[in-house]
Amino acid sequence: MSASTASKTEGINEKLLRIQGIREQRLLLSLATPAVLAIVAIIVIPVGWLFYLSFTGSNGHLSLENYQRMIEYKSYARVFVTTFQVSILTTLICILIGYPLAYFLAMLPQRLAGFFMLAVLLPFWTSLLVRTYAWLVLLQKNGILNDFAMSVGLWDTPVKLVHNLTGTLIGMAHIMLPFLVLPLYGSMRKIQRDLMHAAANLGASPVQSFWKIYFPLSMSGMVAGSLIVFVLCLGFYVTPAVLGGGRVVMVATQITAILENQYNWGAASALGVVLLIATLVILYAATKLMKLDAALFGKH
Amino acid sequence: MSSHPDSESSGASTALPIHIQGLTKKYGQMFALDSVDLEVKSGEFLTLLGPSGSGKTTLLMAIAGFNRPDAGSIRFGETEVILTPPHQRNVGMVFQSYALFPHMSVAENIAFPLKLRGIAAAETAQRVEAALTTVQLDGLGDRDIEQLSGGQRQRVALARAFVFRPRILLMDEPLSALDKKLREQMQIELKHLHEQLGVTTVYVTHDQREALTMSDRIVVINHGKLTQIDTPHNIYNHPANAFVADFIGESTMLPLEHDGSGKLFFQDHLVETDFKTDAARNWSLVIRPERLFMADKKAVDSEKAIVFSGVVRDFVFQGETAFALMSINDKYDLAFRFGTDSSSSQNILQAGDQVSLGLNRSDVIIIPQGDDS
Amino acid sequence: MNWLKKPASDTQLTHGDRLWLYFVATIIMLLLVIPTFIVIPMSFSESQYLEFPPEHWSARWYNVYFESSKWMRATVTSVQVGVLTMLVATPMGVMAAYALFVSGHRAARAIFAFLITPMIVPVILIAIGAFYAYGRVGLNNTITGLVLAHAVLATPLVMIVITSALRNYDLNQERVARSLGATRLKAFFVITLPQIKFSIVTSALLAFLTSFDEVIIAIFVSGGVNATLTKHMFSSLRDFIDPTIAAISTIMILVSTTLLLATQFIGSRQK
Repeated sequence: MSASTASKTEGINEKLLRIQGIREQRLLLSLATPAVLAIVAIIVIPVGWLFYLSFTGSNGHLSLENYQRMIEYKSYARVFVTTFQVSILTTLICILIGYPLAYFLAMLPQRLAGFFMLAVLLPFWTSLLVRTYAWLVLLQKNGILNDFAMSVGLWDTPVKLVHNLTGTLIGMAHIMLPFLVLPLYGSMRKIQRDLMHAAANLGASPVQSFWKIYFPLSMSGMVAGSLIVFVLCLGFYVTPAVLGGGRVVMVATQITAILENQYNWGAASALGVVLLIATLVILYAATKLMKLDAALFGKH
Repeated sequence: MSSHPDSESSGASTALPIHIQGLTKKYGQMFALDSVDLEVKSGEFLTLLGPSGSGKTTLLMAIAGFNRPDAGSIRFGETEVILTPPHQRNVGMVFQSYALFPHMSVAENIAFPLKLRGIAAAETAQRVEAALTTVQLDGLGDRDIEQLSGGQRQRVALARAFVFRPRILLMDEPLSALDKKLREQMQIELKHLHEQLGVTTVYVTHDQREALTMSDRIVVINHGKLTQIDTPHNIYNHPANAFVADFIGESTMLPLEHDGSGKLFFQDHLVETDFKTDAARNWSLVIRPERLFMADKKAVDSEKAIVFSGVVRDFVFQGETAFALMSINDKYDLAFRFGTDSSSSQNILQAGDQVSLGLNRSDVIIIPQGDDS
Repeated sequence: MNWLKKPASDTQLTHGDRLWLYFVATIIMLLLVIPTFIVIPMSFSESQYLEFPPEHWSARWYNVYFESSKWMRATVTSVQVGVLTMLVATPMGVMAAYALFVSGHRAARAIFAFLITPMIVPVILIAIGAFYAYGRVGLNNTITGLVLAHAVLATPLVMIVITSALRNYDLNQERVARSLGATRLKAFFVITLPQIKFSIVTSALLAFLTSFDEVIIAIFVSGGVNATLTKHMFSSLRDFIDPTIAAISTIMILVSTTLLLATQFIGSRQK
């Protein structure tokens, strides 16, 4: 605010205070060192290594062949298309199903909402593999769903519900739904009830006040949730591998296939790098656009 | 307001003076504390008063050791403590949020500093009891914190801060969470407690009335600088500059002109006859609204009082007092406050009324224009 | 049915107007819960083929599971890795979260963002990266390697839980404790820790489950005698529908449901 006379000359105890301050900060930040080192060892170095491998050709020299292959071969294009297709569709299904659910939970009294929230949290805490397995069992040709549908006359002959895109989407949506509902519910809870009173008082019909007031205010949670779902879908492996039955090949599935069949580290790494960059670009763009930082990671 | 009992004598042995020198703290380019020098006398109740962001809490936290300044010296008595960690400073501290430990009972909270000092169980119990009595919470030692009212929590926080007989007590807006009535009651109690303990107390508040009520001396702080240090009486009656005059109490400021021969005028009113000044400065007249009185222009001795005439622009009845704005030549608004009673004719002032207001010359306050003195 | 006419919302709707929403939400919640839990009765079927409802009830597939040395070995490994991950990730995450929350240092925010990266980097990439790197240093198929990788996945979760707990906690309590004579360390252990202990327990359970349920890294990095339950389950799933998996799934559902209910219970007692 004001120019100081003290700043020009060395203040009393200035050096000692500075040293003590630095020492204390170092001590405090050193508490984070184990976590930092672990991430460097398990993520930064290995991923850096993969990055290097992705730029190494089959002759061991620096080369772009792994990336060229992605552009030249149609099979790669198909993998990327499938990956985005599955991710977008899963996100849309989650929004369609998740919004009414979150809305329902948000308007319940806190206690009741806590109870019904278990319906979201239980699957969330249950192993993803178990849930995928459950769908595999439910959706198979002579599974419960086909039996049920035929007994009530929805269709006559068993329909193929699994080992294809349908099965994959059902399983993915089930697994991803909590990631959308939780932030969405959070943002809906923050909407002040007074706003709805005010809207009603000013003559808005329930439908109008929903679309003009409530919906826009719930957008931050919805965008954050959708983003999490979408990004998680991009790199998903287990569910498409099991419920897709080899017919839904996403990037992660392709990476494993390349390693299993050809043991081609360069090609696998290049795909991984593209996946990582796509994820980071989407997250970065969304963060910049929407200022989602806080919603996603919690404000610090 | 001005008189306060001399508390030093009773507890001088348990109190320590605080000497602060060149204390500086910067956040980025902004000075939270700008080379602050301050002497807190042994056993006095000193209040740091200022608006939010003035640096008053930063100063308190620096004394407690929670905020490391960039430079400066803080001595408790003869001991330099600037580098001493908080737990070795031996100061009692009361926070705005009370910061009571919710997982401990009232007695456990108060016993906490005693246990840390390895005091035997029997003495601890006895001192906790005594502390509870001092803050009028006898028999509530077993309660959970959650069972207490806001005022009771405040008292527990206090008891915990003085039970280990610190020689310095620091309080950061301890009453601001209480409602008005309780706050005013606690102000008196805190004052009595201070007299009883005799401990050097530094108290932070943004509430000027609170500062006037409780303090031996008030430090007005603004933009990280100490603007004025004085008794409540002097701070109110002789503000050093426009900031202090404006921040403490109500006031109207009118620009003055000097004729070069030591005479100061507001319009055609002669305000001061023998004023020694360098001509480079501009001066203002500060008028406290309650010092004005309804005057009959002819009946007032102009030696003793100045009389302003104007038109009532606004009048508000506020219970124990009424408040009016009188417009002088449509250019200046003079605030005027007076006591009410059921029959008083002054109650029926109306906008548009012609009035004359007198100001005794002894109530004239002259300050330099601008915030810095 | 007076309830139907009572106002349901802050606008002018009654419960009757909202029935469709209750209906839709109920179906969605059933769809969320039932598919997982339907595995439980099916696991008690006598038949080779999973039936619902089972024609003959039996514990046959549980016997297969408990008598198979392969499954038992894998279960032990998974529990071992889960517990070790919990023991590594919880203190690591708590320390980092506390330090970054308290420090107010310029770098704290950046470090926090860095420590969250395991949640952003696709797990498949972490898996093949670890697989490749471990190949160089001989950590593949070891408990140590798996625990390290799982701990890295779990640490951000611990940090997020603890940071949010600290945000709801009045740090002035720690300051007061220090002014009353406690060292910083003592103030943390005596004042702060007891008040965030439920969050620490929750985060520890989360860390355990993260490891126990993890598939992809386990597929790549674990193997031989140290293969995890999920790795064996996954390879069984890809080939055919083994009813033993239903039995194992039931046990896993039981574990996670118990842990979830435990955290909910803890959470409600905390208030």
